[in-house]
Order: sequence, then C-alpha cells, then structure tokens
Amino acid sequence: MTAIETTYRDALREALADAMRADECVVIMGEEVGLYGGAYGVTKNLIADFGANRVIDTPISEPAIIGAAVGAAMSGLRPVAELMYVDFAGMVMDQLANQAAKIRYMFGGQIGVPMVLRTQGGTGRSAAAQHSQSLEAWMVHTPGLRVAMPATVNDAYHLLRHALTLPDPVVFIEHKGLYTRKGTLDKDAPDADWGRAVVRRPGKDLTIVTYSRMLFETLAAAETLAASGLEAEVIDLRCLNPMDEETMTASVRRTGRAMVVTEAVMTGGLSAELAARIQESCFDFLEEPVVRVAGEDIPIPVSPALERGSIPSAQLIAETADLLVRRRTPSWATA
Amino acid sequence: MSFGDNQGPLRLYTTMRRIRSFEERVGELFVRGESAGSMLHLSIGEESVAGVCAAMTEGDTFTTHHRGHGIFIARGADPKRMMSEIAGKADGYCHGKGGSMHIADMGLGHLGANAIVGGGIPHIIGAGLAYRNRGEGRVSVAFFGDGAMQQGILYESMNMAALWKLPVVFCCINNQYGMGTRVDRSAGRLAFDERARAFGLDGVVVDGLDVEAVNAAAAGIVDGARNGRPGFISLEVFRFFGHARMDKSPYRSEEEEKAGRAKDPVLFTRGSLAARGIADAATLDGIDADVAAEMDAALEHAVKAAPPALDIMFDDVYGPGEPRPTPVRSRIADILSEARA
Ligand SMILES: Cc1ncc(C[n+]2csc(CCOP(=O)(O)OP(=O)(O)O)c2C)c(N)n1
Ligand SMILES: [Mg+2]
Repeated sequence: MTAIETTYRDALREALADAMRADECVVIMGEEVGLYGGAYGVTKNLIADFGANRVIDTPISEPAIIGAAVGAAMSGLRPVAELMYVDFAGMVMDQLANQAAKIRYMFGGQIGVPMVLRTQGGTGRSAAAQHSQSLEAWMVHTPGLRVAMPATVNDAYHLLRHALTLPDPVVFIEHKGLYTRKGTLDKDAPDADWGRAVVRRPGKDLTIVTYSRMLFETLAAAETLAASGLEAEVIDLRCLNPMDEETMTASVRRTGRAMVVTEAVMTGGLSAELAARIQESCFDFLEEPVVRVAGEDIPIPVSPALERGSIPSAQLIAETADLLVRRRTPSWATA
Repeated sequence: MSFGDNQGPLRLYTTMRRIRSFEERVGELFVRGESAGSMLHLSIGEESVAGVCAAMTEGDTFTTHHRGHGIFIARGADPKRMMSEIAGKADGYCHGKGGSMHIADMGLGHLGANAIVGGGIPHIIGAGLAYRNRGEGRVSVAFFGDGAMQQGILYESMNMAALWKLPVVFCCINNQYGMGTRVDRSAGRLAFDERARAFGLDGVVVDGLDVEAVNAAAAGIVDGARNGRPGFISLEVFRFFGHARMDKSPYRSEEEEKAGRAKDPVLFTRGSLAARGIADAATLDGIDADVAAEMDAALEHAVKAAPPALDIMFDDVYGPGEPRPTPVRSRIADILSEARA
C-alpha cells in the first residue's frame, strides 16, 4: 500500500477498523462510540460496519465500563474501552490500577488483561479544569500498564494496531488538539517499533525530549532556533511504557545538553522522570542541568488566554533553549 | 433576598423567560466567537426547573451538572456576571477560570456546577450533614441529568441520604438525552422514581410542561426534606437543541425534535396565563421585552468585559496566604542563573 494523506482521527479509525477485520475478538465499548460516532468522531460509522455487538454504546458508568472491559479481556475478547476524557480517570482508577494492571501478577501469571483503554487529553478547547488535563503520570506510576501517546498520523495508526496485539492493558492517550491534524499514513511502514523513540529532527547543540502534541510546539521552536544557528535534536518518545532510554541517552551524550517538554504539569510528572533518567545515564556528558519546560502547576483555567499561558509554547521552548545553550536572556526575564 | 413571592405564576413565567432569553444570548455569544470554547450546554426546553428552584428558600443550597445556567438564573444569578464567566472574563463569577461548566456562587448557595457527570451529587450529602448537625433547617438540592442516573455515586448518595434522614433532594432533569443517547438506550428500566423509593426516599416524576405543577410537586418534596425525609424528583422535559454548541443532533429525527419542541414550557405557561386571565398579551409582551433588554445588556457586558490578567492563573490553587505555585518561567530563570554562578 502506498502512503496516503489523512488525519490523526481517520488514522485512528482505520486502525480500529483494520484490527476489527483482522480479529473477531476486538470489540469497542464506551459512551457515544456507536450511534454518535465518538465524542471526537474517531469511531464514526464503525457501528454500521461491525454491528452493535462489537461497537457497544454504554451508559455513563465509567467504573463499570472499564471493569467490564477487564472481565471481557479475561474471557477471550479484546476490548477497546473508550474513556471519553482522560480526566475521567478519576472515576476509573480502581478498575485500571488495582484490577487491570495487577491481575496477571497477583494471580501468578495465570491470566492477562489484553485490553486497550483509548482516551484523549490535553488543552486547546477552553474545556476547563475537568476536561483538559494531561494525566499520563498517573498511568506511568502504575506498574502493569503500558502507555502510548502518539503525536503523528502514522503513529496514531501503528501504535494503536500494535497495542491491540499486546498481552497486557494499554492506556492509549490521544490529544484532542491533534484530531484534525493531517499527515502521512503508510500502513506498511511504522515510524519505528513499538516502544522505540524517534528522532524527529537531528541537531548537534542540544536534545529536546517530548511526546504527544508538544512535539509540534517543540519542532516549531527548533525551526526558530535553527534560523539563528542553534541546532536542536528533537526526540518524540511515542511510548511512555515501555520507555526508550537508549535513544535519549545516545542523543544527550552527543549534544551534552538536554531539555524535556511536557504539556502535563511539572511537579511529579513525566518531565521529572525523564530528567532523572537523562541525568543518571548522561551525568558525565552534561554541560548544563537538564531543564524541564512543562505545564504550570495549576488546574487548567477556562479563559483562552490563561489556558494558553499555562502550557509551554514554541516561544517558551525556544527561549529556554537559547538561555540554556547561548545564555540569551529570555523575554520574560527582561521585565 | 426572598424568593417567597416567586411562586406566583407570573413570577414563574418571568423566570422561565429569563432563562430562555439568557440561553439564546449564550448561543449568540458563541456565534460571535466571544465565548470561552464551545462546551456550552443550553437549558432551552428545561426552563420549568424554575418550579423546583422556587420551592427552595433563602439559605438552601444546590449543586448542578454542566447544563446549569437555567437553574442558577432561577436561584438569583446576576446574568452579567454569568455571561462574563461563560466568556472567560475577569468579572465573571469565577474570574474566568471556571467557565460555563463551573459556575458557582457561595453567596447564593450555588455550591458549584460540575463537568463530571454525577460529580456534584455527593456534595449535598455533606451539606445535609452540616445543616442537620447545626440544626439549621436548610435543604441542599443536587440537580443532574438523566445520564447521571446511571452513575453509581448517585446510589451511594441516595442510600446515605435515607440512612441518615438528611435534608436533601435529588433532582433529575430528564431531558430524554445524554449526548446522543436517548434515555431508553441507557437504562434497562425507566421508572427512575422507583429507584429512589427503593432506597427509602420520597420520589416523584413530574411533567415539565407545566411549571406550576412542577412547583407544587417540588414544594412537597423540598418540605419533606426539610423535615428529614429526603426526596427525589424527575423532571420530564426535552432537550430542544444539540448536546453542546457543535452538536447538530444527527442521531434523532426531525419528527422527534418537532414533537419534543412542541412541549414548550415557556409557551405553555404564556398561553395558560392568558387563558386564565392572569395576564393579557400586552403584559406578557412587556415582560418579554424587559427580559430581552436585560439579557442583551448581559451579552454586551460580557463582550466588553476585560479578560483576566495572566498572573491570576496562580491565585486560588491554594488558600489565602499560602505559597503560590512557582511559575515555570521563574524556575527556569533561577536554575540557569544558579548554574552559571
Ligand atoms: C463522568 C463523565 N462521563 C462522561 C462525560 C461526558 N458527558 C458530558 S455531558 C454527557 C451527557 C450527560 O447527559 P445528562 O446527564 O442527561 O445531562 P444533559 O447533558 O442531558 O443535561 C456526557 C456523556 C462527563 N462529562 N463526565
Ligand atoms: Mg439528559
């Protein structure tokens, strides 16, 4: 098959449809996944193609949706349970963290829970404090869960297809700001293997590690920096568990400087985890501290200006890199 | 402020007209690109909730779901501050931090609108405990949609209310839909009042077409709650428009929409007031015109109001006098200047 131009949303739908065609055990369940076609349109028309026994509209009962997916996964189905917003993780963390994540281990390896929890997070729609968060740290802090966060169209397809072959529960976190983004999908050519990071832009002066929508802010920042002669290497992590330390380490050992960019709040999050790993594995190669650029440690405000101001922008990323590498005073420090 | 005289039919009509008029302006705010986002849930068709609100009294408190504008208007909201909040402006009820789905005002007993389906329901249990322990005679009401009827937390809360005989009321606004899911596709059995009664609550289902009938039924339930008999009301209405501003309701037929919109509580009451000679057409037109002018002013106010200053994003994460979160920019500047030193 040749590569086609499509959207992140359509690539996800293709992945679901192809997986359902390839494996009869795959079922989708969640709120508004059938008739409505998904809150963000990802499952549009799948109920027409696969029927109501495989595309299951549920009541608004999140703990039972995820719990039912756990039971289905233990009983020979391969459920894709949709949690409409990652923010609703607050309601389902028991089924996810105490049940799905631990069943294989607690029961001595007798049975696994091969399910995918599809959800989406992030800012960009003035959806306010309970519909805009980036909660991947909650998932990554739970041994037993795999976690993927695709940024590109090709990854949206391939990571979801691969997630549907794994023996364990996968939390698949999309970004609401990426659904209409266009890109190239080549069904025969994943960007890399599951669990491997990808260097999205090579550079010699510093390494910036990121994932999900922040990839594009970071690439925009790298573009700006390049115009003034600073070459940033941009790494897209793609999977948070498993985590590809090798790619990060190799890059930072070469560049000697590292930044981590996340949309999620800074404290206790992935930015801390990544910075710690880089520091541990690259200590002797680092010329500067590993710097985190992350969301402010606040709930997401509804006002568009405050919302935008609370998460990293391309400008903040570029100015931080400039400060780190060339000691240029950033605009916010001049006031 | 007293809500006692709200109970007159003309007052109920005026409140309902104010709700509709306000919601129409919210739609306009969105079309003009002045709203904070598109997650705006209009309560057009559900205005007879005014009958429940009028059965509450000063000092009573409430929580709402995401479709809560109408409820708060009926409990005395200032439309200007509400519209400003929906536009994400500094002089809104929550300084532009909460938005349409998170309006609150402790002064008027609004313990908070919630964007988690079912999220606000258990709060009335705690409020009820406080009022009971202090012997205050206040009632707390949770308003939520039919979608929340399938959330477990509702039943945990109902059981506590009955167990502890709390002064609380559960009010389901059954507008027949949760997003694109009609209520008969989300519940195995539709008699919601039976569920409440099974827990030991008083439970009624009322047709939301007639706000006066709603008010009479609600008065009984709210009085019961005040006397230690918690209750449940299911208000049967129809969601006239899409779930939120982007939803064009492709999942339901035009006939269904037409039939649903024919059950218009505002027009019904208008007709009933005229037919009974309570108010003539000129009086009702006068009310409508005053309300329209009030809500036009609210809309223009919100459009012109100033956005919040960027720095307030760090306020109110914690209480007054407590350390604020460190802004990312300050942290970066500090780290890198120390590293150089
Ligand atoms: C816990 C949770 N699950 C799902 C949603 C997404 N959602 C928002 S409103 C809604 C439908 C709610 O229907 P209902 O309770 O009947 O209220 P209505 O919108 O009809 O007023 C859904 C599914 C949410 N906000 N919170
Ligand atoms: Mg509803």
